[in-house]
Amino acid sequence: MKKSHIIGIVIIAAAIMIIMSTAGDASTYVDFGQAKELAEDGSKTKVHVVGRLKKDAQGHIVGMKYDPLVDPNYFSFMLVDTNRVEQQVVYFNPKPQDFERSEQVVITGSMQNEVFVADKILLKCPSKYVEKEVQQTTAGL
Amino acid sequence: MINTLIGDIGHLSVIIAFVAAIVASYAYFMASRSSIDAEAIAKWRRFARVAFYVHSAAVLLVIFALFNIIYEHRYEYYYAWSHSSNHLPVHFMISCFWEGQEGSFLLWIFWHVVLGIVLLNTGKKYKEWEAPVMAMFSFVQLFLTSMILGVVIGDLKIGSSPFILMRDFMPDTPVFAMDPNYKPEDGTGLNPLLQNYWMVIHPPTLFLGFAATLVPFAFAMAGLWKNKFGEWVRPALPWAHFAAVSLGIGTVMGAYWAYETLNFGGYWNWDPVENAVYIPWLVLVGAIHTMVAYRRGKQGLKASYLLIIASFILILYATFLTRSGILGNASVHSFTDLGLSGQLFTYLAVFAVLAVALLIYKWKHIPTTEKELTTYSGEFWIFIGAAVLCLAGFQVLATTSIPVYNSFLGFIGIESNAALPADQIEHYTKFQLWAGVLIAVLTGIGQLIWWRKADKKSFSDAITMPLMLTLLFASLVIILSNKFDVFDFKLDNPVYITLFVTSLFAVFANLSIILSLLHKKVTLSGGAVSHIGIALMLLGILFSSGYSNIISGNTSGMLYSREFPDEINRDNVLLWRNTTTDMDKYSVSYRGQFLEVEGVPEYVNKEILFRTADEYTAIARADIKVNDKLYFKTGDTLELPTPENTYYQVEYKNRETQEAFVLYPRAQVNPNMGLLASPDIKASVTKDLYTHVSSVPDPNEEKEWSELQEYTVTMGDTIILNDYVAIFNGVEVIKEVPGVPLKEGDVAVQADMKIMGEKKTYHAHPLLIFKEGMAGYYPEIIEDLGLRITFLNVDPTKEEFKIGVNTTQKDYIILKAMEKPFVSILWIGTIVMSIGFIMAITRRNQEGGSSNKPKAKHARKAEKAQVA
Repeated sequence: MKKSHIIGIVIIAAAIMIIMSTAGDASTYVDFGQAKELAEDGSKTKVHVVGRLKKDAQGHIVGMKYDPLVDPNYFSFMLVDTNRVEQQVVYFNPKPQDFERSEQVVITGSMQNEVFVADKILLKCPSKYVEKEVQQTTAGL
Repeated sequence: MINTLIGDIGHLSVIIAFVAAIVASYAYFMASRSSIDAEAIAKWRRFARVAFYVHSAAVLLVIFALFNIIYEHRYEYYYAWSHSSNHLPVHFMISCFWEGQEGSFLLWIFWHVVLGIVLLNTGKKYKEWEAPVMAMFSFVQLFLTSMILGVVIGDLKIGSSPFILMRDFMPDTPVFAMDPNYKPEDGTGLNPLLQNYWMVIHPPTLFLGFAATLVPFAFAMAGLWKNKFGEWVRPALPWAHFAAVSLGIGTVMGAYWAYETLNFGGYWNWDPVENAVYIPWLVLVGAIHTMVAYRRGKQGLKASYLLIIASFILILYATFLTRSGILGNASVHSFTDLGLSGQLFTYLAVFAVLAVALLIYKWKHIPTTEKELTTYSGEFWIFIGAAVLCLAGFQVLATTSIPVYNSFLGFIGIESNAALPADQIEHYTKFQLWAGVLIAVLTGIGQLIWWRKADKKSFSDAITMPLMLTLLFASLVIILSNKFDVFDFKLDNPVYITLFVTSLFAVFANLSIILSLLHKKVTLSGGAVSHIGIALMLLGILFSSGYSNIISGNTSGMLYSREFPDEINRDNVLLWRNTTTDMDKYSVSYRGQFLEVEGVPEYVNKEILFRTADEYTAIARADIKVNDKLYFKTGDTLELPTPENTYYQVEYKNRETQEAFVLYPRAQVNPNMGLLASPDIKASVTKDLYTHVSSVPDPNEEKEWSELQEYTVTMGDTIILNDYVAIFNGVEVIKEVPGVPLKEGDVAVQADMKIMGEKKTYHAHPLLIFKEGMAGYYPEIIEDLGLRITFLNVDPTKEEFKIGVNTTQKDYIILKAMEKPFVSILWIGTIVMSIGFIMAITRRNQEGGSSNKPKAKHARKAEKAQVA
């Protein structure tokens, strides 16, 4: 066999390995129900959950707990997933800075007992990196 | 009055540029045919050139029009309103030019025009290449200008125009119904994260790299098309180097910007937007290697075609990923969908299909050599190296594209909910680290064999010295770090040791190449120099990421009784103002809020700035001195260039060495984006101390003050306020009050109080003004002590004064700090790599640019250059 053929085979093998590993490491978007089931099965894999923040009529976020004076590394809030299941989420870090203005939230982590422990929070703010809202200046006219 | 003329000029120019690009592509296509005679070719070429120059002039006019709209604050245009504002300095106007999608497309178009004109005027030696190469250029320009065309035909929207008026963009806004000529007073401003000098130069550099990848691609396509299968490599090679170095520098600039400005605590986050540039860069560098191999050994032509085409298609794919909105849930900083995803996909698909089809059609005719690769040929190692680079790129590509698989499966009706790996750093590292190890080894061995043209014997001679140095040096570092604690890190992880040893080997092996080339011809050592740069970058990445150490762990010893406190890292520490907290080997205190003042080299404490109604000016309440030099006197009016940025002064004191220094991490409250924090970095040769505030009390939220407590005092009285001793010195009538015009008959009285804080004594001067029979109160707030003192009344008969005091929570910040060893080596490595690339461009350009007429002569020259 020619040397170039051997190299070719090695490259293809490496590529296949990469694909397998990517498939193995890929996470999934789930809802809180599935996250609970996974945790009950003893799975430690982290999942993504997409949800919305629970807000009252005035637009204030309900159930948000952050008191930096007591513990700057504890932040907890309620997230409502696409099936309208509410779940307490705990994040052992300071509150993300523009949390209040976000609507959609993507969290990464896993269920542990009764709470979802998040290690990453991705905020989708309506205004972040997006064309700003029109009301901004027209309101002040 | 709104100015529609400039927008019409701009829009018209876009249309002209688009049409001229069509004409130029067609004319250059006609000029490329071999079936017509020389005279007809010359005619078509002349015509095509005119069309391309018209296109170029139109593009420049578009840029002029858009910049004029931004520069003159023409907020009747949506682009100016949404990206600029009145107080933006000129250099940030430049960056707001390309903050939007349309502007960044324009930047890309602009570089293609520049490169096209350079090719037209310097490529005379390669006259036969002009027509097919420029046909490709014009064809690309046709697609790019269509992105900013802004033409709507029925339901079909082609492009998004940067010249759209506010009233056309949002016709439903009530103000336009009342006054169609309404023009906003101010724009919404540039994204504060982008207000950084790196954001002025990073995008143009990156887009220059994007644009430059078109040149080797166009040459490769022309080579296939005109059946000049091997000749394109020579003129394309310096351009491929140029594209790689621009892309590389642009990417690292972006990384440095992220390191300096964003608070994720690093320079690389494996964000899809970052990956989108990293992938084509790897493939392009692979392509350069196979092209170099072809130039010397006539091997690897097919691989060069494949990789050059792949790198260009990957650039288009990157554009599609970041601009179509497909990464919506996966990336924080991709652009939003402007409704261009279809158009972007067409652009990608056309070039992918065109290139692949042409390649398949001509594949059999591409010459190959029958020469077998031997282990002791440089070419063999180059191909292995290129393969490793491409596999590394493939791994990032396979993962980054997960959102695309979802969309694609959704498109054909299969529901898929795959997400990016939860721990991306771990996922990418487990491949990229080993790719780094392999690349380090290969650069060493490959370069040694390449220059020695070796057999077994001379290779083992060449490798002995670098290998010995590597082992000596590596074992020294490993022993010193593990046994004797000389360094801040312990190099005991076998994986890290492997990367460390191989990178060191790469440095020494390439150094030995440079040393041996010094005697011959040093200009040939570009490859060795850039390989040293790469090895240094690997070392910098290894230490800064592998040994990054968070030192702000919570040491308060507080008992946590909530969910799962055990294995969680508590990485942030709360600092009360003026209270010293121990953190790692430092004593840290937060000393207050500072602002930037025009003309003063240091930040100025907010407390001595009297803010006025215009947030960009303030009045000095005390002399402003830096190192005994007086900059402003009390009462002077100051300019605040960035009133939205608050700098939090944090003092570090090393408890062992007593060395003290001050950092100013900054944060700003942005009406659109909430609170944004940026770090401050104390850089030294061995490590960076990286500090940012993770949270601050919201400055826009009204402070909660305690109930007003009244005191009746006479001159010289001592009272206790919020646990601090305060002395009432007396009152005085003052003539002038900064910011308040006093008329005749108005009286202003100022109390003078002294309050003893923990660290220093504060003076409070609350004001009481009687104006037209009304009393006005101007209380004094001492943030350090959480006090607000109001001067309430004067009783002249009894010489008694009434003051009111409110107290509040003391100010605090939440801080995160980490140490990153040897980040500097990463930046130094980048510079070394770039120097190597530039040396290679110069060399390849010389040998590529020298006379083309007698082929044999040329070949001899090139050979001479290598042997000499």
